[in-house]
Amino acid sequence: MSAPTQPGPMSIPAPRTPQRNSQRSNLELYSWLFMRISGIVLIFLVLGHLLIMNVLDGGVQRINFAFVAGRWSSPFWQTWDLLMLWLAMIHGTNGMRTIINDYAERDQTRFWLKMLLYVASGFTVLLGTLVIFTFDPNIG
Amino acid sequence: MTATVETPAFAAPVASEVTFRIRRFQPELDEEPHWEDYTVALYPTDRVLTALEKIKGEIDGTLTFRRSCGHGICGSDAMRINGRNRLACKTLVKDLDISKPITVEAIKGLPLEKDLVVDMDPFFAAYRSVLPFLIPEGHEPSKERLQSAEERARFDDTTKCILCACCTTSCPVYWTDDQYFGPAAIVAANRFIFDSRDAGAEQRLEILNAKEGVWRCRTTFNCTDACPRGIEVTKAIQEVKRALIFRRV
Repeated sequence: MSAPTQPGPMSIPAPRTPQRNSQRSNLELYSWLFMRISGIVLIFLVLGHLLIMNVLDGGVQRINFAFVAGRWSSPFWQTWDLLMLWLAMIHGTNGMRTIINDYAERDQTRFWLKMLLYVASGFTVLLGTLVIFTFDPNIG
Repeated sequence: MTATVETPAFAAPVASEVTFRIRRFQPELDEEPHWEDYTVALYPTDRVLTALEKIKGEIDGTLTFRRSCGHGICGSDAMRINGRNRLACKTLVKDLDISKPITVEAIKGLPLEKDLVVDMDPFFAAYRSVLPFLIPEGHEPSKERLQSAEERARFDDTTKCILCACCTTSCPVYWTDDQYFGPAAIVAANRFIFDSRDAGAEQRLEILNAKEGVWRCRTTFNCTDACPRGIEVTKAIQEVKRALIFRRV
């Protein structure tokens, strides 16, 4: 009735005895909800961004250092870009976390893949935030 | 027979040769499962279960599979037929493409024991862990638990489950994550969460809010497609998610 006496032929091991301890946490609920809400917000932010950058007012040809400097002198565009950066990065990281949970079979692999993911996305978020706030239009 | 010489309105059914490609595994003989072909004569109205019984009775008596009622109620003969989870007793030959061999294998995600038989213990362990029984309020019953037709209709869909494991073993999350409850357990929880007579909804929602609970569902609809009882399984899971979000957030 319990684990088979000989190793099964299937690629999966006999499922472990359920270890469903009742740690009370709404983490999975909030991350599920976050994916939906950030997805909707990102549709407007990203499509708006693409429209402004590539289509309106001369399109991609007019983008240069001065254009970027001009935009980031306004708190509105700073907030827009910051929001886009954070939402997209957390949305993507959470999605990758789910995919790793789905596909990495060994606990060790899963742990290290997730660590790599968190470090990489943390670094990107920090770097992006730093650039948005410390951008110096007089450089160079 | 009286003398009726006119051509009959219905043509007599014709049996045709149908090949079944069955994934065999005999733990005392085989290292690995392998495919084997069997050809039997079947009528279009025959079931896949009939074919398996013919093969076992007439060709190879070692073929092992579960069956009990043979009428789609006991949920014993869930198997993967042409890559889809189906009950062998509810799948008719006329609904399959018999120009190619029909593949039959055990359901995935549970340990294979022999041929088409898997170890169902993890499946029932998940089922038991959502408390699939009525949890009454106070010291009842002191009188009948009355319920309106509307209240009964609220959870009617999920009462149809026969615990065949077609849905759970069609779920790609369940294949890789053996701690996930799986669709069938969530259907069982849904059946009591939305029952007006039951007082255990909070408890069950708490259980399904865990890391391996409803939030692992990826909404692939494999479960809804697989259910031989026509339960909208994915919808039932979404209802539990909604209950979690709107009651407690």
